[in-house]
Amino acid sequence: MTGSEVNGVDAKSKPGEASFLRSLLNAWSWLFLILILGFFEIYARAETGNTFLFRIHNLQSISVAASQILLLGLGLTLVIVAAQIDLSIAFSTGLAAVVMALVLRSAGTDAGWGMVILAMLAGVGSAAVVGLVNGWLVAKLNVPSFIGTLGTYGIARGVALIVAGGATVSISNDNARNFGNGDIMGIPIPLVTAAVLAIACHYLLSYTRFGVHTYALGANRAAVERAGVDVKKHLIKLFVLSAITAGIGGLIYTSRFSAGAANAGEPILLYAVAAVFIGGASLTGGQGTISGTVIGAFIIAVIQFGLVFSGLPPYWQFVAVGLVIIIAVLVDQSKDRIVGGKS
Amino acid sequence: MSAILKIDGLKKRFGGNVAVENVSFEVHPGECVVLAGDNGAGKSTVIKMISGVFQPTEGKVYKDGELLTGKAPEAVRAAGIETIYQDLALADNLDPGLNLYLGREATRRIFGLPFLDRKKMRDDAVEVMRSLGIVVPDPAAPVRDMSGGQRQAIAIARAIHWQAGIVIMDEPTAALGVPEQREVMALIERMKKKGVGIILISHNLPDIFAAADRIIVLARGVVAGERRPDETNDEEIVRMMMGATL
Repeated sequence: MTGSEVNGVDAKSKPGEASFLRSLLNAWSWLFLILILGFFEIYARAETGNTFLFRIHNLQSISVAASQILLLGLGLTLVIVAAQIDLSIAFSTGLAAVVMALVLRSAGTDAGWGMVILAMLAGVGSAAVVGLVNGWLVAKLNVPSFIGTLGTYGIARGVALIVAGGATVSISNDNARNFGNGDIMGIPIPLVTAAVLAIACHYLLSYTRFGVHTYALGANRAAVERAGVDVKKHLIKLFVLSAITAGIGGLIYTSRFSAGAANAGEPILLYAVAAVFIGGASLTGGQGTISGTVIGAFIIAVIQFGLVFSGLPPYWQFVAVGLVIIIAVLVDQSKDRIVGGKS
Repeated sequence: MSAILKIDGLKKRFGGNVAVENVSFEVHPGECVVLAGDNGAGKSTVIKMISGVFQPTEGKVYKDGELLTGKAPEAVRAAGIETIYQDLALADNLDPGLNLYLGREATRRIFGLPFLDRKKMRDDAVEVMRSLGIVVPDPAAPVRDMSGGQRQAIAIARAIHWQAGIVIMDEPTAALGVPEQREVMALIERMKKKGVGIILISHNLPDIFAAADRIIVLARGVVAGERRPDETNDEEIVRMMMGATL
């Protein structure tokens, strides 16, 4: 066989070495998460003599904050892998939160579980409409997703504020409150919800044909079209998925705070985008994983909570998260340079 | 041996311009037909009429006696005519197996849920590539880590795996270095041995003479001549490309 090989095993390929380096660089975000956890633990023990990491309350607070970021970031990960962006999720969340609150309020204070579920479906449905519009703009009308979803960001924001009458829609429903603030064996419901969705999105992205087409779309759209995949339909599905996970974030918000606010998702949008990029995604598409986004969300949540816990002015969290985003991009670039990535 | 592909009197008119006229030829199993010609001679127009991208103004294309003209590109592909584009249409971030199966991925069910069968796709890719004489260094690595010749081999492997009878290659060596050009020429030889008919578009004379069983020279949209490589030489082919019909 060797004699007739066209290429043989040429000198350029040292697969073992390259993949070891690659996995090391891919693991940097794990290392980084462990590093900042270690930092805050040492800081807490030195300053206050208490533990940071081994207190249930701290872990719950961190995980709830991470869940909020994740609910916006999970669907967004798939959109970014396909080389698109979805800015409108900030107000898909807000719209879902407001719609759920309005439906529940009209149902009265003693509305049962059936009504709560109906209100949640209405909320997610309203978010899905935003996703459909995004998909239609990007897939059918070829509007660049940054511009198109910036437009629907504004529209969804306006609609959410209009239907909410410009105010926060407060509700008093015990079932909803119990859902948003409850736990399953000590694990807060928001975290359970985010975990279930993370597993579903991970399955979708890593184990299905849908996921392969999403990655391929991010690398070479023409190749996917020539392979006979309906690219337009695929893009619409991606934007609807992104709106739905963000909308579920809105349901959690309304349930936790017993109030639906149009700006429920706005402060989280950039953290969600940051989590996706810290997790290894690239603006040019074709890269990124759900596990990466999960770590990214936890890194941000630990920084947020850790800085507050340390008694530093909370504004430092913006500086710290900004620095982490830049570090993430630099690591990603050096990864390409060292292992020989896309030219 | 009967022809797999029969091209009969193709003509393409764009508005008032006749781009291609009266082009007829046949391709037999295991034969490499080179379409040679200068830029603008109509080579690409001819292959686009074969692959279904353009509909001819006049003329017909038959595969194994079945009329192909009028079918969409997907239907032409399904009939076993694969076009390998200059940009190869690979997804760089995926491994060879997924590229081999792109759009037709293999899955298996676990607890009723479909899961990608990455192992089967990788194994198949390694096997088809081996039949083309290419050793895949790391079947799990994305194809962007591979050389230009190896990437070309994946595009060819896709055609062979899905049992294309005819492979159309448009300037396959245009973007490659010299060693990789050799790899591609060797791949063409291997495809011929497998009985695949090849239509190769090229204006690189050494490639043309290395690969061709027949050379069809196009000049200004018409067939300027047809030669076997052993009955002609560089000079004559160039003269025919320039339009001096002999």
